[in-house]
Amino acid sequence: MTYEISRRLLVAAAAGSALALSFATPAFAEVKLTFLVDNAAATVTASEALAAAFHAKNPDISVEVESRPGGGEGDNIVKTRLATGEMTDVFMYNTGSLFHALNPQQNMLDLTDESYQSDIMDTFKSVVSENGRIYGAPFRTTMGGGVLYNKKIYAELGLKVPKTWPEFMQNNAIIKEKTKAAPVIQTFKDTWTSQLFFLGDFYNVLRAVPTFPEDFTANKAKFATTPAAIKGFEHQEEVFKAGFLNEDFGSASYDDGLRMVSTGEGVHYPMLTFAIGNLFETYKDNLDDVGFFALPGDEAANNGLTVWVGEGIYGYAQTEHPDEAKKFMAFVASKEGCDVQTEAIGALGPYMTKSCTLPDDVPSPTKDLVSYFAEGAKNAPALEFLSPVKGPALEQITVEIGSGIRSPIDGAKLYDEDVRKQALQLDLPGWE
Amino acid sequence: MTTQNKKGTRRAFAAAYPSWFYLPAAVIFGILFLFPTFASLFFSLTRWTLFKYSFIGLDNFRQFFSEPFLVWGLINTLIYAVVTSGSKVVLGMLLGILLTSNVMMRGLLRAIVFFPVLVSTIGVGITFTMLMHPTNGLINDVIAVFGVKGPAWLTDPRFALLSVAFVDVWKGVGLATVIYIAGIVSIPAEYYEAAKMDGANALQRFWNVTLPLARPATVTVIILSLIGGLRSFDLIWAMTKGGPGFTTDVVASVIYKQYQAGFYGLSTAGNVVLFVLVAAIVVPLSFVLNRREVEA
Amino acid sequence: MTAKKLRYYATGILSLAVACIVFVVPFLFIVVNALKDKPEAARLHFTWPTETHLWENLVAVVQARDYMLITAFVNSIILTVVAVTGLVVFGAMVGFVLQRRPSRWSGLINFMVLAGLIMPPAVVPTIWLLQWLGLFKTLSGLILIEIAYSLSFSVLLFRAFIATIPRELDEAAILEGAGPFTLFFRVVLPLLKPVAVTVIVVQSVAIFNDFTNPLYYLPGSKNATVQLTLFNFQSMFNTSYNLLFMNILIITIPPLIMFLFFNRQIVEGMTAGAVKG
Repeated sequence: MTYEISRRLLVAAAAGSALALSFATPAFAEVKLTFLVDNAAATVTASEALAAAFHAKNPDISVEVESRPGGGEGDNIVKTRLATGEMTDVFMYNTGSLFHALNPQQNMLDLTDESYQSDIMDTFKSVVSENGRIYGAPFRTTMGGGVLYNKKIYAELGLKVPKTWPEFMQNNAIIKEKTKAAPVIQTFKDTWTSQLFFLGDFYNVLRAVPTFPEDFTANKAKFATTPAAIKGFEHQEEVFKAGFLNEDFGSASYDDGLRMVSTGEGVHYPMLTFAIGNLFETYKDNLDDVGFFALPGDEAANNGLTVWVGEGIYGYAQTEHPDEAKKFMAFVASKEGCDVQTEAIGALGPYMTKSCTLPDDVPSPTKDLVSYFAEGAKNAPALEFLSPVKGPALEQITVEIGSGIRSPIDGAKLYDEDVRKQALQLDLPGWE
Repeated sequence: MTTQNKKGTRRAFAAAYPSWFYLPAAVIFGILFLFPTFASLFFSLTRWTLFKYSFIGLDNFRQFFSEPFLVWGLINTLIYAVVTSGSKVVLGMLLGILLTSNVMMRGLLRAIVFFPVLVSTIGVGITFTMLMHPTNGLINDVIAVFGVKGPAWLTDPRFALLSVAFVDVWKGVGLATVIYIAGIVSIPAEYYEAAKMDGANALQRFWNVTLPLARPATVTVIILSLIGGLRSFDLIWAMTKGGPGFTTDVVASVIYKQYQAGFYGLSTAGNVVLFVLVAAIVVPLSFVLNRREVEA
Repeated sequence: MTAKKLRYYATGILSLAVACIVFVVPFLFIVVNALKDKPEAARLHFTWPTETHLWENLVAVVQARDYMLITAFVNSIILTVVAVTGLVVFGAMVGFVLQRRPSRWSGLINFMVLAGLIMPPAVVPTIWLLQWLGLFKTLSGLILIEIAYSLSFSVLLFRAFIATIPRELDEAAILEGAGPFTLFFRVVLPLLKPVAVTVIVVQSVAIFNDFTNPLYYLPGSKNATVQLTLFNFQSMFNTSYNLLFMNILIITIPPLIMFLFFNRQIVEGMTAGAVKG
């Protein structure tokens, strides 16, 4: 209640008046921040742990965690609250193309001059910046998009982690012949899971056509006319045609997929590595039977991983407590913040703060993931971090291709059309 | 009665139905619904990110009509609306008659039929997705007892839309039934007694008494379920997300996807189109149904 | 007589059996899964739980997010009761005059009623308006919104049923000197009991179960309504089905009790009508 009162006082004493601040602060010693996060169990747990740790360190500031749905509904809530001036003091949101859609310069606190920026990796800073100013601090870890696989079955059959697509298909053939397990798991009930063959292949696209992101953004490159870019679609069709999928791929859910890959009902599950957190919660006993590798491409020597940069937290431009909000963000981005998160939800991947380290006993798939970030290893960001253009209908198209309803080239044409709609909305040069 | 007296009575009758009875409803409805909703139609002519907009004329409408799955969605919308509202009218009436008749454990039966209306769409969606699961769902388990392999209800394009429509009827028929119950209960008992005295059998009583006198209920159920069916997408969204692919997309889900993608101007234009479409079907229908009411 | 009795029991048992299969089986699915632990519930099989977790799941649901469910119940009940009262009274008033006194405005009003059913509301402009009125993020604001959005339904139903009340009743009352207030509240409204109960039941359920409007017009954990508590257990990436189903069960109980109560009112309305007949 104190918050309500102090807020009204502040409003009454004219916006931005320093006098009002100095008048209100001593009367109400504790500042209360609200922190809006998505409602995934791991996010809420990590956020609440951070809020508690921060409050223990700064008894005069308390942080209340508020949750919202994720996905498209979540995007709408965040945009609506920003557009109506009702955003919380601090909020979590994606980085990259979705970040740019929030109109950062108008809506977010500028964090460029914060002292911790030197400790943040450049990869992260680049995906939360606009016009040279930085608006976000790192939250959670970076993810890879590749294949979760069942190591037990690999060991039984004496299989090696594939570095090229033909090797991958060969492994699938062996699994199909010698076991009852499904070589490849697909879970189209949760449509978003269908996109991984395509999105996770972007490292390979970028190797073949380094200028693809710029050309794509400028309407000079199309998926349908770029053979390297369409391979993800073709691969998806190949595994379907070869009969490598689990029988119920059309109605299986993401949860089913996690169960199958961890218990060995299936062997390969193309997925983002944040799934490790869900495996940790639901299938803890089988977690060490699961490994991870990048989607294989054409050349074994250049095998590398497509990376999704972790989420950011942002300060609301119109918050009444900008200093406290910045202090909280600094805490989340610090080594201490990383440790609190690891403690709360386990180590799921590398942090974007340089001084942050992972414990030695990370789960097996995390270990595999981290190896792609080691010296000399190869990785590249996903397309959505290099271009603002991403078509909204991709997941429907990949479901169609993955179920044999639509051919890869048809899918690519349809996706190019879908992308055009998005580019027009963004009013990008070169599109009409 | 003198002319003057008659005039006075007429004035008294008019005063008995004062216009200010509209006032509270009109104020709330006008300010909180009509004004913002119709003011927002302006944005259908703009490219709108919620933070800024730019005027682009009719481009959004052009874009909307060139949606690759619009025609498909339109056909689905009509099928879905006709199937669900037709079933609700027929089943609702039959259940309404059954549940106002002297049937055993009537209260319990009514509660059972109405129960699905109480459960949230999310819960219904998850439950039926699982019951309709092709390999380990209950429905196909039962079909398998007869030695037949059941189809993939929600992922086979041939069945998906009708499967969702079935669930929609399951969830909504309780509402239609309750309206019918209210309608049948409002029929004065002497009509039935008179019919009985004239020697009408049960079927004749239904045809000559229940059906015409339960007309307000029928009209209401038709209008409500037709509008509901033409606009509905929440159950479709919960169960198939318009899929597999685009096969169960309806016009409303196409618009919803545009909204989710942040194309706010475009989705507003879509809402205008859908409004015109639904109004073109429902307004004349409502006019016809209500005119016959006056004649009766 | 015996043949009649036989038929009475036969139809009774038959309808009960069909109703059980069609309507109760899906409900049992929710119940059995509400009793399981998380990995077992995640399989979503229609099996009896290997171990029942009734109490744990119940406690977990109630305690989640700092007893959010309790706050949500209080908010939802206030919201539902006030909004539905407004809907019944205001809706019946409009339906009454609209049906009884056709005028050149009737066409427009009828169209507006249909428009209210057809046109989806525009969220962001409505929020701007609510902010300007000082009603945003308040329960009263949400109550008014729910009334505005559901008025059409209420008017449509009342208008249709007022047509079944003989005009002679009005005329008699008017000649006895009843003013509009007395006529409406003492003569007409009591006769509308079956349809009023229908509006109450249907709209209570709809408003109690609404989640889109509270999500946008009443944000904040303290302001949660019951449907929003489902989001504690359901997310795009990970769903605790056992707790989700338990939550669904808990929040379905109040409307069920309400229905059982009003169901009796419908039956009473019936017998009263028959006696008066």
